[in-house]
Amino acid sequence: MSKMVPLPSKSIVPERDLDKAPILETHHLGIDFGGLTAVDDLTLAVGRTEICGLIGPNGAGKTTVFNLLTNVYQPTRGTIMLDGKITTGKSTAHINRMGIARTFQNIRLFSNMSVIDNVKVGLHNSTKESLFASLTHTFGYRGAEKKATERALELLDFFHMADLAKHEAGSLPYGAQRRLEIVRALATNPSIVLLDEPAAGMNPSETAELMENIRKIRDSFQIAIMLIEHDMNLVMNICEGICVLDHGKVIAKGTPDEIKQNPTVIEAYLGKKEAE
Amino acid sequence: MSLITQLIDGLSLGSVYAVIALGYTMVYGIAKMLNFAHGDVIMVGGYICYEIMVSAGMPSILGILAAMVVCTVLGITIERFAYKPLRKAGSLAVLITAIGVSYFLQNAAMLIFGSETKTFTSVVPSFALAIKDLSISGLTLVTIVVSVVIMIALTLFIKKSKIGKAMRAVSEDKDAAELMGINVNSTISVTFAIGSALAAIAGVLLCSTSKGIMPTTGSMPGIKAFTAAVFGGIGSIPGAMVGGLLLGVIETLSKAYISYELTDAIVFAILIVVLLVRPTGLFGKKINEKV
Repeated sequence: MSKMVPLPSKSIVPERDLDKAPILETHHLGIDFGGLTAVDDLTLAVGRTEICGLIGPNGAGKTTVFNLLTNVYQPTRGTIMLDGKITTGKSTAHINRMGIARTFQNIRLFSNMSVIDNVKVGLHNSTKESLFASLTHTFGYRGAEKKATERALELLDFFHMADLAKHEAGSLPYGAQRRLEIVRALATNPSIVLLDEPAAGMNPSETAELMENIRKIRDSFQIAIMLIEHDMNLVMNICEGICVLDHGKVIAKGTPDEIKQNPTVIEAYLGKKEAE
Repeated sequence: MSLITQLIDGLSLGSVYAVIALGYTMVYGIAKMLNFAHGDVIMVGGYICYEIMVSAGMPSILGILAAMVVCTVLGITIERFAYKPLRKAGSLAVLITAIGVSYFLQNAAMLIFGSETKTFTSVVPSFALAIKDLSISGLTLVTIVVSVVIMIALTLFIKKSKIGKAMRAVSEDKDAAELMGINVNSTISVTFAIGSALAAIAGVLLCSTSKGIMPTTGSMPGIKAFTAAVFGGIGSIPGAMVGGLLLGVIETLSKAYISYELTDAIVFAILIVVLLVRPTGLFGKKINEKV
């Protein structure tokens, strides 16, 4: 049934995923805001267990791509497919249920809620509980609620945060809030997680821990991760495939080594060399 | 009447305000809109109960249940047809629509039930509890008990249940909640449903106290409850409860000890003072602008 990667354009799927259909594909994706084309002709494929980086100078349209993938913005052109199913036109909540979860550039936790409740919001759709049962606190309620609590604690424990479960999310230190956002996203049981600048504002040791965590998530959950990041050390270290955007267009795709050597990328980041 | 009796009456009135204020504050917290038609849902609840109980002569419990069912459906319908299409419109458009819905309900009630005041019989059999020289009427007692039970149940529901968590998530960050797979539209519908069911109970209790019902019965209590919600900090559930109780006590005490005619002026003057000193209300959170 499935289309095999690579796609017509140069793909960034790692070798171990090559025999499987990509988890996420976009075909000629584009969006205009008024007269401005923010993203244009974006075609890429992400492997089932790939860690893939989306990089580019400020204003290149990286977060716009995330917003398109989650239907926060509706694309003007092109299609998005998750696991072979078209997600274009589906509601944001529906797309999450289909398997795309994300974090945000500026942390957007439910900061007045407890850490565990934040995770439980993520578990919302995997918890079966009827309105009647929750109103009356009976049958299904206790079972479902207990299961959700267990699962939430398990996820928190995975990131060594179980002891913080009862704290208010907004009172956590910055690094822990970033981690909690990832846990909350994972709670929705995604097949791909989009991380928007996960290392922003972190010190080198926190960043090192984050890199370890990202690998750990991929290995344990066997899911794909797509991240936007300015920390090139992180990107080059953990990403298997990288896609470079500039002015809304893909200017390069490939492995970290290929990207490092790519003259177009160097030009986009450092400016054109003076003619000799 | 002694001060204690006045205080108890004030708590009784205040607890009804609190139940109505909960509807305002929940809808504001989740849909970020002021549902000025909320007061008129109270009136509809009163009429439904009146029709079942007085006109049809059925037991009062059936009247209350029917009022809750009808108001729940009404609340969901109002949201679906009047507010949902305006989800992306400016808040002013929604506000004006809410006022429009309010007039629509009042006039519809006038057409259906007539404009004259009808005599409402209390849903609570008349009895009185006497402790020494203090006598508390059954209705006052029932009102306080019912309201307290509602407040506790609602607090637990919002704190513990899955839907309650979804409601809190939507009220904090609608977009983030949606990205976590929460259906924002159905969460808003549930909020309207709960708020309207509470309004029905409040309507029955209010009409039982005032012993009469007419198409504008809901407007003044509605505005007072809105005041209570703002007083406590709109969007805050404990705020609505405390605001409602305080407002009821203030209103009753100023009626008894200051001036019957000036009561409303005093109540609203207090609101103005509170807002001058604490613009976010008693329990309101300061909103920090994100950089």
